[in-house]
Amino acid sequence: MSSYFSGIIRKFVKKERRSFIKKISLASFASVLGAEIVFAENMPKGYLPVFLEDQDNLKSLGKDPALKVLNDRPWNVETPIHLLDDKVTPAEKMFLRNNGLLPEKIDPSNWTLTIKGESVSQEKTYTLAELKSKFKTHTYQLTLECGGNGRGEFYPPAEGNQWGQGAVSCATWTGIRVKDLLDDVGINNDAVYVGYHGTDAHLSGDPSKESISRGIPIDKAKQDETLIAFQMNGKDIPMAHGYPLRLVAGGFPASASGKWINGLSIRNKIHDGSKMESPSYRVPIEPVEPGERSPDENMRIIESMPVKSIITYPKSGAEFSFGKNLDIRGHAWAGEEMISKVAYSIDFGTTWHACQLDAPVNRFAWQHFKANIKFPKKGYYEVWAMATDDQGRSQPMVVPGWNPKGYLNNACHRIAVKVI
Amino acid sequence: MQSNDIRKLLTAVAALGLMMVFLIVSAIGLIVMVQFQPEILTNWFADSKEEVPAVEVQVVDEEWTDEKIEEVGLVQGEGLQLVLANCTNCHSAKLVTQNRFTREGWIQVIRWMQETQGFWDLGSNEDPIVDYLSTHFAPEAKGRRKPLEVEWYSLE
Repeated sequence: MSSYFSGIIRKFVKKERRSFIKKISLASFASVLGAEIVFAENMPKGYLPVFLEDQDNLKSLGKDPALKVLNDRPWNVETPIHLLDDKVTPAEKMFLRNNGLLPEKIDPSNWTLTIKGESVSQEKTYTLAELKSKFKTHTYQLTLECGGNGRGEFYPPAEGNQWGQGAVSCATWTGIRVKDLLDDVGINNDAVYVGYHGTDAHLSGDPSKESISRGIPIDKAKQDETLIAFQMNGKDIPMAHGYPLRLVAGGFPASASGKWINGLSIRNKIHDGSKMESPSYRVPIEPVEPGERSPDENMRIIESMPVKSIITYPKSGAEFSFGKNLDIRGHAWAGEEMISKVAYSIDFGTTWHACQLDAPVNRFAWQHFKANIKFPKKGYYEVWAMATDDQGRSQPMVVPGWNPKGYLNNACHRIAVKVI
Repeated sequence: MQSNDIRKLLTAVAALGLMMVFLIVSAIGLIVMVQFQPEILTNWFADSKEEVPAVEVQVVDEEWTDEKIEEVGLVQGEGLQLVLANCTNCHSAKLVTQNRFTREGWIQVIRWMQETQGFWDLGSNEDPIVDYLSTHFAPEAKGRRKPLEVEWYSLE
């Protein structure tokens, strides 16, 4: 009986998902299903329980169907490396890392951003239209990489989404400078940190919890390239990436760049929002043995991401005839630093050869490299890429130091090729 | 048949009809009420729930077919139903099946969710859940770097 009704509901939901949700409560779902939903009263209005989820959602998120869904609640979607070949990452190929539920029903005409916190002289609220008209807009290409990119290679395994190397993007972001906004609000000299607040509901449905509320140190907030963005690649920011407003702090773990933001807290201490606490987005100060617990006082917040590179062409697994040279290309980035060189090896690091490297379009944008490789004989090869930043730091060939949450794996990327 | 009997029958039919009309009108009224003010039901539901301990109330998911269980990476085994009922309400099953931990590791993850994410106390269900997870989703040594997994194709 109940499955008969749930079948009807599911068909109906597919057609009229949004309007339907407005009219029916979860309690009535439960009554027709003949089962109670634990903590149903905590679920946000308009959220469909997992069993009624539409599996075609990846498309509706505007994503290339070739992307890999690691998790669909919350959405965590990874880009296969060869699909990151574009110099500027298009929306449909941009990885997705959400911590909470996608906000529904966003009305840009009623959207506001409130600046508050201990270190503002007076709380101030701006409409979206005011932000766009009152301040000068700026456009930068900014690299955003998930702090947990590469987590899947750590052993012992670290808890969280098991990312490969594809949780990185470099898109063009347009918005206003955070520093211009802070100047207009007027902030006190004791300001230490800027925390963001977004409208993505907590997974548990508890309205008193924020799914994520991280942020950036005040010095990062004052950099020219740190934006309150309203456009990505020249268009409104896609829904899944923070429409209508997001913070963008290039070079920092992407979790610092809050999405769907409606508030900033200017704090006189390190922001203490959700996922600012240890061990989230923190690594040991004094290195620990793999698998060892690291006390909270031995953990520091990740700021600038480490040096890294990916080979985006060709896709791993290429077979080609002996005598033919291979063109490779890719991108390299180093958090807040510049890349000074990229080298490749086809003999597992025995010898390294320089790649041609482009300067960044602007600070915190990834840099492109390419090389043309001649192979000495037929057989199986791995092409490894190693970037070095302007501080002389290179990528390790093995997985770097273990940490409890599996952050900052910047081991060299490699592809397999066969000369036949 | 006596006319008296016919009258009785007609009266009974009329009474039954009136009751039907009354029931239909009430049902329509209830539906309209819930459509316009769904909180009425929610509130009633929330109130009535307070007496029920969370541990004993579980979602019976009609849609966990064998195909779907396989698709999300879960495996059949003792404790699977408890995992489905308790571990797929807030996040998808894929978050579970991506991870690998020892028994202690899985308990740590459960404690983290309880302390920071609003997860409920599993009571006597914790043991079978942790048994299932640590049996089917245990860490496998993979060294400092695994060999590449390759799908070969011809590069034009």
